[in-house]
Amino acid sequence: MSGPAKTPEAHREPLLRIAKRSDISIGAAWLIRIAAILCALLAGAVLILALGHNPVAVYRDMAEGALATRTTRVETVKIAVPLLGAALAIAPAFKMRFWNIGAEGQIMAGAIAASYFALYQYQNMSRPALMICMFLAGAIAGGIWGLIPAVFKARWGTNETLFTLMFNYIILGVEKYLQNGPWRKAGSGFPKIAMFTAEAKLPKLLGVHIGWIMVLALVVLMFVYLKYTKQGYEIAVVGESVRTAQYAGMNVPAIIMRTMFLSGAISGIVGCLQVAGADYTLTEGTAGGVGFTAITVAWLAKLNPIVMVLIAAALAVLKKGSHTIQTNFKIPASAAEVLTGTILFFMLGCEFFISYRLIARGRKERDHG
Amino acid sequence: METVNAIELRDITKRFGEVVANDKVCLEVRRGEILSLLGENGSGKTTLMNMLSGIYFPDGGQIFVNGKEVTIRSPKDAFDLGIGMIHQHFKLVDVLTAAENIVLGLPGKGRLDRKAIGARITEISSKYGFEVDPKRKIYDMAVSEKQTVEIVKVLYRGADILILDEPTAVLTPQETDKLFAVLRNMKADGKAIVIITHKLHEVMAISDRVAVLRKGAYIGTVNTAETDFQKLTNMMVGRAVSLDIDRPEPKNRQERLQVEGLTCRSGEGITILDKVSFTACGGEILGIAGIAGSGQKELCEAIAGLYPVSEGRILYKDTPQATPENIVGKNPIAIRRMGISLAFVPEDRLGMGLVAGMGMVDNMMLRSYRRGKGIFADRKPPKQLAEEIVDRLEVVTPGVTTPVRRLSGGNVQKVLVGREISSSPTVLMAAYPVRGLDINSSYTIYRLLNEEKEAGVAVLYIGEDLDVLLELCDRILVLCGGRVSGVVDGRTATKEEVGLMMTHMAGEGGRT
Repeated sequence: MSGPAKTPEAHREPLLRIAKRSDISIGAAWLIRIAAILCALLAGAVLILALGHNPVAVYRDMAEGALATRTTRVETVKIAVPLLGAALAIAPAFKMRFWNIGAEGQIMAGAIAASYFALYQYQNMSRPALMICMFLAGAIAGGIWGLIPAVFKARWGTNETLFTLMFNYIILGVEKYLQNGPWRKAGSGFPKIAMFTAEAKLPKLLGVHIGWIMVLALVVLMFVYLKYTKQGYEIAVVGESVRTAQYAGMNVPAIIMRTMFLSGAISGIVGCLQVAGADYTLTEGTAGGVGFTAITVAWLAKLNPIVMVLIAAALAVLKKGSHTIQTNFKIPASAAEVLTGTILFFMLGCEFFISYRLIARGRKERDHG
Repeated sequence: METVNAIELRDITKRFGEVVANDKVCLEVRRGEILSLLGENGSGKTTLMNMLSGIYFPDGGQIFVNGKEVTIRSPKDAFDLGIGMIHQHFKLVDVLTAAENIVLGLPGKGRLDRKAIGARITEISSKYGFEVDPKRKIYDMAVSEKQTVEIVKVLYRGADILILDEPTAVLTPQETDKLFAVLRNMKADGKAIVIITHKLHEVMAISDRVAVLRKGAYIGTVNTAETDFQKLTNMMVGRAVSLDIDRPEPKNRQERLQVEGLTCRSGEGITILDKVSFTACGGEILGIAGIAGSGQKELCEAIAGLYPVSEGRILYKDTPQATPENIVGKNPIAIRRMGISLAFVPEDRLGMGLVAGMGMVDNMMLRSYRRGKGIFADRKPPKQLAEEIVDRLEVVTPGVTTPVRRLSGGNVQKVLVGREISSSPTVLMAAYPVRGLDINSSYTIYRLLNEEKEAGVAVLYIGEDLDVLLELCDRILVLCGGRVSGVVDGRTATKEEVGLMMTHMAGEGGRT
């Protein structure tokens, strides 16, 4: 359909217009995503050149640093495990449009509770019992830390974003208190907590603590839970419209609280994995921003647990790779972070082009589909 | 009149994805006239006008203002050309005063000269016959007052071409008359006015000419004096339609729902329903009439167990012999557990009755997903039901898993009504079930309601169009400010009678 002829001086179209895409094929969407990754690498290359290095070499070292040897792969998986776990924890909350940005704190809550058993109860029980206690304590503590903001939201309509965010700092304060006070390792010059004994350390499988199996099992469970169970359905309905949920006779406050307990509990388990599998002790950095990065993972995966595996793996590779180039090329840590940030920016930004397209001035709209 | 047209549109085309909202539409608006832009919902009226007011940019075609071709890229461009649009959903800042809203966004010095602004507003108001207090905050205002502020806002900016999008949708008949008087004053002042509407009697009452759109295409323009309801309807729909609604005689009428002294208060403590009493019977359609916001919505929700009841009883009995059971204070689940099948088609279809982002299958199980043991939801029965409804009600959808938000208004309503009817209800409440539907879908809904009535269901029909209420319902309950002002026989009552009952207590009720 061609428009009528226009006199250019009278008719000035805007330079760029945004139009919503009606539908996009999966292939085209992936083409855009691949283009975005290429753009990201190009933009990153400019940055690397500006720092005075060879982009190809830097990228190669990044990849090698993350994937080349068994040791590096183990390290990468160790980064991916908590990231994936926390993303899974966030998924049900986000699906419910409950903006839980407190995974960080819920991880810490779980870590503290698990550490209590690891530090002070290890002599009193068998190893399996200790493990079970640690995980249960972690899950319950994380769950409660997630439940409190949910109760306030459900009963008094408080803002969950601020609430969960502030709760991160509270629990971090608690950890610092423990580290400097009651739990401080005797005879240590630094305020730090003792290393766990062997009983409290998670066993390993293929070089990585068995947390990776637990997290992969969680992927499947969460996928099934969200997609096929009645509770998963309730979460989806509440997320879409609270009014509709009420109309359907759902007990919305109960669903919010139940879901947030679940979300917090999974985060708590992640906290337990961190102290018992990765760090063997509790520190301020136990959560280490994982709870925030997990939000990126969850969003990029569109809350699909199976896609989260890929995204978490990709982010872990980026992170491990950026560590490597810091040592290999003496690139400052901040510059390496700028590089990962740039790549993420393109990955997130390309979603816009999947939903919308730009129409340049003078370009006529013709048949499309 | 041999003058230059205030506005002329030539071959205006606008697409959203694959939907052609406007297909080569041509339109002329003259100075000193009121033009009605008539069309069913979704026919592209608002889209067309949004291109004039700078909200959308056309994909093709030309716009002439006062005979000169122009490009309107933003609302500011539109204002510079003297075009002002009053949107259906007001765009006002609640916490600011009328005057502040009116000057908002206008260039000027850092300091507001409130006196001068107030004087100018008063001048505009008195010129055309408005009443507006520049110092009042928006949140203190009734809907009609907010609309006045919107109109003054546009005039203040010097607009001489006014576009009003469904301005009467939120007004009482009296307020509508007032608005029309103002519009006539403006017309006499030489302004060009476009009023978007789908209400035929308003078209006949106010406009000089009528332009009709159908499915995005321009059908034609006629002089109001030379047309009538039937001709306009045919233009809107594209073929001759019978405007008669069936009304079978009620059979086996029996008391089903008895509401006694029902009083509800909002969260702010305002009395929404005040001692409402009535009886709804199986085998008949009870219409509920009233100005928007007279408590219709809350009445339905109270019966459905979704709105807190302060006082009163809602008694339900299945058969005349059964002992009545009070359902006040019970939530929808508890009511269901009592064995009462209450179907409710709420006013807000996608925000309450359905989940917009889910497909038909998932929407079918909304009220029944708890069925069956175990933690897993069984999607087989809802899938069957969805397919059945697609067949029986001729729902146009790419598939039963396509999100219902992508369906047209009429199809969305068929999905919702279909689900509610499928639960074989004994009481069916339908709130504004034909709002926004095309004429065809509306008649499907009327037919379905009649089928339910003949099956012995007690149907409650909340409507806004008095003509429809009087043609469809056996009895009509008239609400006014949360009170019952009377029940009339749908076969003998007149529109004037019901209209009067809708408003005669408005002064006391004090609600808008």
